[in-house]
Amino acid sequence: MSRVTVVGGGIIGLAVAAELLDRGADVTVLDPAPDGTGGAWHVAAGMLAPGGESAFEYPHLTRLLEASHGLWPEFAASLGDIGYDTAGTLSVALTADDVASAAREWRHQKLTPLSGSRVRELEPGISPRVRAGAFAADEHQADPRRVVAVLRDRLGGRIVPRRVADLSEVDADVVVVAAGAGTAALTGLPIRAVKGQVLRLRGEPGLLRHVIDGAADGRHVYLVPRADGEVVVGATQEEITDSRNTAGGVHDLLRAALDLVPGLAEHELTEVTVGHRPGTPDNGPILGLLDDPARRVVVAAGHFRNGILLAPITARLIADLVLTGSADPIIDGFAPGRFR
Amino acid sequence: MTLSQRRVPAGPASASPAAALDSPSQDRRYQDQRYHLEQGFLPGNGLILGTGGANSLAALEEAIVASETTLVTVALRRVDAAGPGLLPMLDRLAVRVLPNTAGCYTAGDAVKTARMAREAFETDLIKLEVIGDERTLLPDGVELLRAAETLVADGFRVLPYTSDDPILARRLADAGCAAVMPAGSPIGSGLGISNPHHIELIVQSVDVPVVLDAGIGTASDAARAMELGCDAVLIASAITRADDPAAMAAAMRHAVTAGRLARSAGRIPRRFHALASTPDDGIAQW
Repeated sequence: MSRVTVVGGGIIGLAVAAELLDRGADVTVLDPAPDGTGGAWHVAAGMLAPGGESAFEYPHLTRLLEASHGLWPEFAASLGDIGYDTAGTLSVALTADDVASAAREWRHQKLTPLSGSRVRELEPGISPRVRAGAFAADEHQADPRRVVAVLRDRLGGRIVPRRVADLSEVDADVVVVAAGAGTAALTGLPIRAVKGQVLRLRGEPGLLRHVIDGAADGRHVYLVPRADGEVVVGATQEEITDSRNTAGGVHDLLRAALDLVPGLAEHELTEVTVGHRPGTPDNGPILGLLDDPARRVVVAAGHFRNGILLAPITARLIADLVLTGSADPIIDGFAPGRFR
Repeated sequence: MTLSQRRVPAGPASASPAAALDSPSQDRRYQDQRYHLEQGFLPGNGLILGTGGANSLAALEEAIVASETTLVTVALRRVDAAGPGLLPMLDRLAVRVLPNTAGCYTAGDAVKTARMAREAFETDLIKLEVIGDERTLLPDGVELLRAAETLVADGFRVLPYTSDDPILARRLADAGCAAVMPAGSPIGSGLGISNPHHIELIVQSVDVPVVLDAGIGTASDAARAMELGCDAVLIASAITRADDPAAMAAAMRHAVTAGRLARSAGRIPRRFHALASTPDDGIAQW
């Protein structure tokens, strides 16, 4: 039985490790803080929206997002109650300018535009100022914190508290590097941290039924309502690596949120957080074997805005690669060597 | 840098509309025109790219390559000068950085940001933006002029983003700005050049380069700016937010070249009535 060590215990590392464990591998996960909350998953809203995230992405990335979306029902069922919710996403636009921008994406996603009134029939909490919208039935959500909690529980003592500074420290037949933005320092691959500020509000459940993906005066915001009354408000996207929440960032998110759903004004502001998405030059993840003569090193990192959505397909492709030496050709567009 | 060095287009000459510029007569025309790039900071092909709004670094890189520009603007406040990502990519492509003061609303703020940009990017070029309000993102002329005067005295080469007001443009040029950059229409609006007459007036009333900044939506807008006599155009959203940024960047490059050539080629006058292209002189009458 091959000994596999996964470096990094975020949602990708854990999903890969759990899949390997299921398939009989002797797997260990190394993470400096096995109970920590430093990963991008901790702030992520958990939108499972292949269309919304891919309007103008490269076609091979869109295919990967859609393929992983197809694996989610089974993945969610295997995890138990992780807040998997298929009510769908309502895309809304506040002003005429917002409608003009959003309409372009709706056309691209082949969604039917809805009038403001129709939008409010579907989602009564939406402001009467909202001019138009579109409903994406296929765009779902899950709670990444619950996903990670289940995966941690399943792997138990196989998660070892250890910081890896150099891959040569790791003793295993195969090493899987799933260290998010930290993968850059371990492998030299071009993965950068892209800052995102995310808020969490809490109030009476039921104000919102759907995920809201909205534009308000040129500010983009998403609102992800959980069954318990929490609403995740995200996110800024900043090419900066610090971890500060700024007045401007929080203001932009709250302003857009309240413009679209005035009832949120009565919610409690419970969390103001920053996370760092592991971004790559083409926004696609890096999945595949490193060119390392010493041993087998497989990379599963750089998932940028799509880490939650891409967890199931990443787990499957990487486990295939580790255990059989090959994987579905859909992985070919994401090889580590493509940035040379 | 001499004119002839800047003028040579990249790539196979036969494939490029700019190849027509290689004839000696065209070259003389260029020198006759108020086409003065000897100050050496504007790209030879007349196209400056803004880096905001791109979907990915790879898409931005493809657009920069397709545009063949040698100068791109970067917002100091929106990038990590020491971080990975954008700046190493610009370095690899050998394009120069024109830092800007995007996001500043007062002269004091803009001056401070410009000084930080000089440290971070090691250049005395600054695209000076002092915004009047966030709905229009149009410049505040009073604050802009005050910031420009301070920065010129401080040794900067100042390229102010200004409105299409010819008087303000002249005041900025008189204050020692290295170029003036009038808005065609509000930033990101894609409305094109809303007052072409004022852009023409600016071209005639200042003796520094004129760069049309903001408002370009599609290639014909860029060509129009050059036909009006601008020395260059700055384009961000129209390229970075296009469905296919690289294709739009190439379209803009051709448009700038076409507009500049049309300007120098000498257009025919506008007439009220038709004038047959084949004259009827000498045709037998019966």
